[in-house]
Amino acid sequence: MSAAPRFAMRGIRKAFGATVALDGVDLAVAPGEVCALVGENGAGKSTLMGILSGALRPDAGEMTLDGRPYRPRDPQQARAAGVAMIYQELSLAPDLSVMENMLLGMEPGRRGLVDWPAMRATARGVLAQLEHPEIDPATPAGALSVAEQQLVEVGRAFAVGCRVLVLDEPTSALGRDDARRLFALIGRLKAQGHAIVYISHFIEEVKEVADRFVVLRDGCTAGAGVTATASHDDIVALMVGRRQGGLYARSTHERGAPVLEVEGLVPGAATFTLHRGEVVGLAGLVGAGRTEMLRALFGLAPVRAGTVRVGVATGPASPFRRWAQGVGFVSEDRKEEGLALELGLGDNMTLTRLEGLGPGPLVLPGRRDAAALRWVEKLGIRCRDPRQPAGQLSGGNQQKVALARLLHHDVDVVVLDEPTRGIDVGSKAQVYALIDALVAGTDGRPARAVLMASSHLPELLGCCDRIAVMHRGRLGEPRPAAEWDEHGLMLEASGGPRRSA
Amino acid sequence: MKAGALLGRSGPLLGLVLVAVVFGLLVGPQFFRAGNLDLMARQTAIVCLAALGMTMVIVSGGIDLSAGSIVALSTVVIAQALRAGVSPGLAALAGVAAGALCGTATGLLVTRLRVVPFIVTLGMMLLVRGAAKGLADERRVEAPATWLNGLLRSAAGGEGFLVAGGVWLTALLAVAVALLLRYTRFGRHLFAVGSNERTARLCGVRVDRVKVAVYALAAAITGLAGVLQFAKLSVGDPTVADGLELNVIAAVIIGGGSLSGGRGTVGGTVLGATIMAVIQIGCSQRGLPNWVQQIVTGGIIVLAVALDRWRQRGG
Repeated sequence: MSAAPRFAMRGIRKAFGATVALDGVDLAVAPGEVCALVGENGAGKSTLMGILSGALRPDAGEMTLDGRPYRPRDPQQARAAGVAMIYQELSLAPDLSVMENMLLGMEPGRRGLVDWPAMRATARGVLAQLEHPEIDPATPAGALSVAEQQLVEVGRAFAVGCRVLVLDEPTSALGRDDARRLFALIGRLKAQGHAIVYISHFIEEVKEVADRFVVLRDGCTAGAGVTATASHDDIVALMVGRRQGGLYARSTHERGAPVLEVEGLVPGAATFTLHRGEVVGLAGLVGAGRTEMLRALFGLAPVRAGTVRVGVATGPASPFRRWAQGVGFVSEDRKEEGLALELGLGDNMTLTRLEGLGPGPLVLPGRRDAAALRWVEKLGIRCRDPRQPAGQLSGGNQQKVALARLLHHDVDVVVLDEPTRGIDVGSKAQVYALIDALVAGTDGRPARAVLMASSHLPELLGCCDRIAVMHRGRLGEPRPAAEWDEHGLMLEASGGPRRSA
Repeated sequence: MKAGALLGRSGPLLGLVLVAVVFGLLVGPQFFRAGNLDLMARQTAIVCLAALGMTMVIVSGGIDLSAGSIVALSTVVIAQALRAGVSPGLAALAGVAAGALCGTATGLLVTRLRVVPFIVTLGMMLLVRGAAKGLADERRVEAPATWLNGLLRSAAGGEGFLVAGGVWLTALLAVAVALLLRYTRFGRHLFAVGSNERTARLCGVRVDRVKVAVYALAAAITGLAGVLQFAKLSVGDPTVADGLELNVIAAVIIGGGSLSGGRGTVGGTVLGATIMAVIQIGCSQRGLPNWVQQIVTGGIIVLAVALDRWRQRGG
């Protein structure tokens, strides 16, 4: 990299409360260069790009754009300076036309009147520059395919004359052909002298698209290099690094009778059997389809093919039936789905099984509170009383409330989707200990079966007896955790060369 | 925060005390005479009864704009039944059943078509009103006098025990609905669905069934409000209670109900309905014109919700 960088970030630091998200990160990209930013979930990629695009402000460090100091106060300023970010979730207004979307907030015209011919001309020009003149600027954005919408987003960045373009997981919603076309577009943008940051989990994509790569791990730069000379393995090794254990409780437990048999379940193309007394982990990248598979299994999403057998029961699934069969589910989205935040934590814990909290159809608040208090004490949930709204608790305590629901219901099969997302280390250790107690049957109940999906590989390796990897919507065969390491899981999840078992 | 919590729990009560004191001063001590209180109770009964059903619907995160039309339909059904020689009790039951039928239809439309309740019940409002008019042949339906007509007559006239029968009925139902919301599985499911429908579904609550049940039950209670309306008019009138649903919703909102669901109490709703009745009667006895009454009621609605918001942010 001999040319003067288009933009440079030096010694960037950012903390959220006590959590340090970025601890002195450097990043510089030259004009006409594509730099890939890789790292595991939570490594700090989004925070770093949030700072570059003006959505976040760094605690320390400095940035320059074409050699001049660059300190955007908000995304609008960053855009005006020529830095545009294209997020994974597209943000077009579906009812507005392509040209309106491109020039939203900067429509040409005078005294509040829109100059439509000028707008059309500008949009045409941008689309021609992107070599997609076939898109009519007057089409509503919602009528376009996802790939075309992404193009409009890129066009929006162009319309303001961007010099730096950040693409966050741009292929996650695209098919193979559309991804090809996107790579071709990135090539042209590069030739036009734009500096491009490409965020992706898919190493093969990175190697195809990017000139250089920078690896973030735990908020620090873990390494960098030229993609042409680095192997898939090298990059994964930098992402994973070395970590210490000790967080994970493991007591001896024995595999018992099968309780959940999944055969050819679509979505997920999943076939596996879950036994009492074992934890089976589901690894995979964000968007690989683990959540969709678990939701279908639990009856929250339609089953398109295959069968799920719980104990001896088969047939159509609904959450009501699953709870009745002794299957409990903890959602990955605690705030939107997992908990009713306005309701008391007692209500949240007991909702699936109000029977027994009073005679007949009655629910006696006293009995409900007593039932809740039992789990509050057992799990060490910090709260004022069982009637405190769940939304007032910390993330870790909220997650314990969600888990307590399964304990109150006394389920046999525990299905967890990202059980430790966004909670502190202390609570994580408690969640791991709880999972261990469930399968070991040390709480005086028969051993349960646990199925958990996680994006955090050390957690899977630390908790699970067997692990299966999902890649692009297809679940592999579960293999004993001892046969896996982080490197192998990441390789398989990112679609690297398959190891022979 | 402590003051805020106190205000939140007793806000509607403080509101009632405030308007009572203001009109007590404006009108004079006769405002609180037994006869006047009786008048207020009878005046509130219809709105209050319908608001009990609406409280359940609003707690579940829905709304029912067809309440006024259901009241009108109920009066017509009762009048037609009486004319056909049906006994008064059965005629009243027919009015309630007509309401339940409308509510079941609403619930099925909301859950099967996945159309938001505001739109479905806006449609039902016109649909039911039209049905009432058709059934009445667009006229008032005269009916033979029965004991039903005495349900809202002044207790001073010898009818009822202490207060009119209709007031007792309303009080009884208020207690029943309060217990239902607080102490039954169905009640807890309503709060869960209104607070976070996705959580409710995740927890195995059969959300669609709960919704159909709540619209049907609420509309049945609204049909019962129609019985009281018939008692007041002693005829079936397809044009009566036009816009009643807005007063009913206002009572729930003043009482602390939230249109985004998950919150609302019977006590608050009853107080809300009473506050509106006090304003109405106070204004008319003070000789204030109708427009003043409307402005005051409107102001109270906005103020009540603003105070509630302020309290939530503070707490």
